[in-house]
Amino acid sequence: MIGLASYLVFFFSIVLILGIVALGLNLQWGYTGLFNAGIVGFYAIGAYTHAIVTSPAKAGMIANLGLPWAFGIAGAMVTTAFAAWLVGLVTIRLRGDYLAISTYGIAVSIQLVTLNLESLTGGPNGFPGIPRPLFTTLGSPALFNIFFLGVLVVVTGLVYWGLERILRSPWGRVLKAIREDETAAVALGKSALRFRLEAFVIGSTLMGLAGALYASYIGFVSPYDFVPILTFQIWAMVIVGGSGNNLGVLLGTLLVWAIWAASGVAVTKLVPAAYAAQGGALQVILIGLVLVLALLFRPRGLLGEAATVSRHAADD
Amino acid sequence: MLAQSLADGILTGAIIALGAIGVSLGLQILRFANFAHAELVTWGGYLALVFVTFAGPGTPTGPFSFGWQLIAAMLLAAVLTGGLAWLVDRLVFSRLRRSGAQPLSMVFASFGAALVMRHVVVLIWGSGSYFYTSELQIALEVLPGVRMLPDQLFILGLTLLVVTGLHLYLTHSRTGMAMRAMAESPALARVCGIEVEAVVRWTWILSGALAAMAGVFMGLSPQIHPEMGLSLMLALFAAAILGGVGSLVGAVVGGLLVGLAENLSVLFVDPGYKTAMPFLLLLLVLAVRPQGLFGDKA
Repeated sequence: MIGLASYLVFFFSIVLILGIVALGLNLQWGYTGLFNAGIVGFYAIGAYTHAIVTSPAKAGMIANLGLPWAFGIAGAMVTTAFAAWLVGLVTIRLRGDYLAISTYGIAVSIQLVTLNLESLTGGPNGFPGIPRPLFTTLGSPALFNIFFLGVLVVVTGLVYWGLERILRSPWGRVLKAIREDETAAVALGKSALRFRLEAFVIGSTLMGLAGALYASYIGFVSPYDFVPILTFQIWAMVIVGGSGNNLGVLLGTLLVWAIWAASGVAVTKLVPAAYAAQGGALQVILIGLVLVLALLFRPRGLLGEAATVSRHAADD
Repeated sequence: MLAQSLADGILTGAIIALGAIGVSLGLQILRFANFAHAELVTWGGYLALVFVTFAGPGTPTGPFSFGWQLIAAMLLAAVLTGGLAWLVDRLVFSRLRRSGAQPLSMVFASFGAALVMRHVVVLIWGSGSYFYTSELQIALEVLPGVRMLPDQLFILGLTLLVVTGLHLYLTHSRTGMAMRAMAESPALARVCGIEVEAVVRWTWILSGALAAMAGVFMGLSPQIHPEMGLSLMLALFAAAILGGVGSLVGAVVGGLLVGLAENLSVLFVDPGYKTAMPFLLLLLVLAVRPQGLFGDKA
C-alpha cells in the first residue's frame, strides 16, 4: 500500500513536470502554429543549467556554482530563453517543416554537447549529486517526494494560470490571428515574426523550467534522459489532449504518461528479460500508434480548442 | 590524410545522395518533410538481410566480398521497400491528404510512422548489429595515399549508374515527366490530365527503392542496425535542402557535400560532434540561400 502510494506520488510529479513542457509546446504549436521538434533540447538546457548553477564545486567540473535552488530555476529559465531566442532568430522565418527539421537538429546537437563537453556536463556518465531542495531538512525521501509534489502543483498551477491570462489578452489573440491568417494579421500592422519569436521563446522557457524542476527532483541527469522519444511523447500528449486547449493538454499529459508507465510495467512483467529491447520497442510503437491514430481519427484531440466568438457578435 | 578523408566523404556522400533523392522528391511532390523516410533506409537494409540469410551472400566474386545473391537481395529489398513506402502512404498519409489535413499534420504523422517503423525492426531483429558477409577484404590503393575497399568502389559505381538512369527516367519517360509536372504545380498537372494519385504512388515506390539501396550500401560498409536510418536523417534533409528541393542533380551534389563536410570536419573538430555537421551546414544554407544550390527561387 505504501509502495503504491509512493509510486503515485512519483507518477503525478512526473506528469506535472511533463505537463509544463506540454503547456509550453501548446503555446508554440496549439496557439501559434510553430512546429518545435526539438523540445527535448530546451528541456535538457534547463536541466543542465540548473545542475551547474546549484551543484557544489567538484574536481573535474569547471563551472559548478553551488548557488541556492531558486537561482538554479531562474538561471535555467534565462539560459533556455536566450538559447531559444538565438535559435528563433535563425529559424523562425522558415516554412513550417523546415522549422521542424532545424529544431530537431538543434536537439540532436544539444545532446551531443551534453555527451562530449565532459567538464561542464559530466559527459555520458551523467551529472550526479544535484542538490534537492530541503532534502536534508525534511529527513526522509518519502517526505521530500510529497513536499516536491506540492511544489510542482503550485508551479504547474501558476504556469497554467499565467498562460490562460496571456492567451486571453490582446497578445494571445494576435497569436491566433497569425496562425489562422498571417496575411490578414500583417495587414493589420502586427509583426508576425516578432509575435512568433515571442511565443517560441516563452514556450521554450517553460520547457527549460520543467527541465530544471526535473533535475532538482531526481538529483541526477544524464544525456540519456534527453533522447528524441521524449519530444514525441510530448507531441502525443498535446495532440491527444487537444492542441489549443491548455486543460486538454494537461489531460493528454496524464493519459499518455499513464499509457507509457502502464505499458512499461506490463512489459517488465510479461516480457522475459532476454527480450528487454523488444519490450522497450513495443512501448515506443504504442506511442507512435497513439500519435498517428489520434491524427487520423480525432485530430481535434480529447477536448479540442474552444470556439472563440467575439463578444460584439451579438450586436448584429 | 586529406585525400583519404575526401574519398571517405565521397563514399558517405553517395549513400546520403540515394536517400536524399527520396526526401527531395517528397518535399517537392508530396509537399511535406517526411521524417519516416530515413526508416525506409533501415528497412531496405533489413529486408536484404532476410534474403541474404536464406540464400547466403554468395561466393565472393572477383575482388568483392559477395556474389550475385547479394545483388539479387538488394533488388528484392528495393522492390519490397518501395511497396512498404506505398503501404505506409495508403495507411496514413493518403488518409490525411483526403481529410484535408494541413501539411504539418503530415509531418507529425511521419514522426509517428517513423517511431513505429524503427521499433518494429527492433521487435523483429533485436537491437544488435548484423553483417551481410564475414569475408575479409584488402583495401586497394586507388590513388596515391587513398585506400578503398573493392565493395566501396562497387557502391560508388552502382550509385553513379542508378542516378544516371533515374535522370534519364525523369527527363524522358511519361511518368517521369508527370512527376516533374506535379512538382511544378499540382493543380496545373491535374488540369493536363495527369493522374495525381498515380504520380504520388510512383514517387513513394521510387524513393523507397532508392532508400533501400542506400540501406544495403550502409550494410556493406560495414553493418546494419536499427538506428542506421535515424543516424542518417539530418544528413538526408541537409543534402536535399542544400542541393535545392526537387532537383535530382541537387540532391546528389548536396549528398556529396554533406558527406564531405562530415568526413572533413573530423580533421578540425572533436569527432564526437561529427553528426552535428550536416545540421550546421543546413542552418547555413537556410540562412544564406534557402532555395538551395540548384533550386528555383520560391
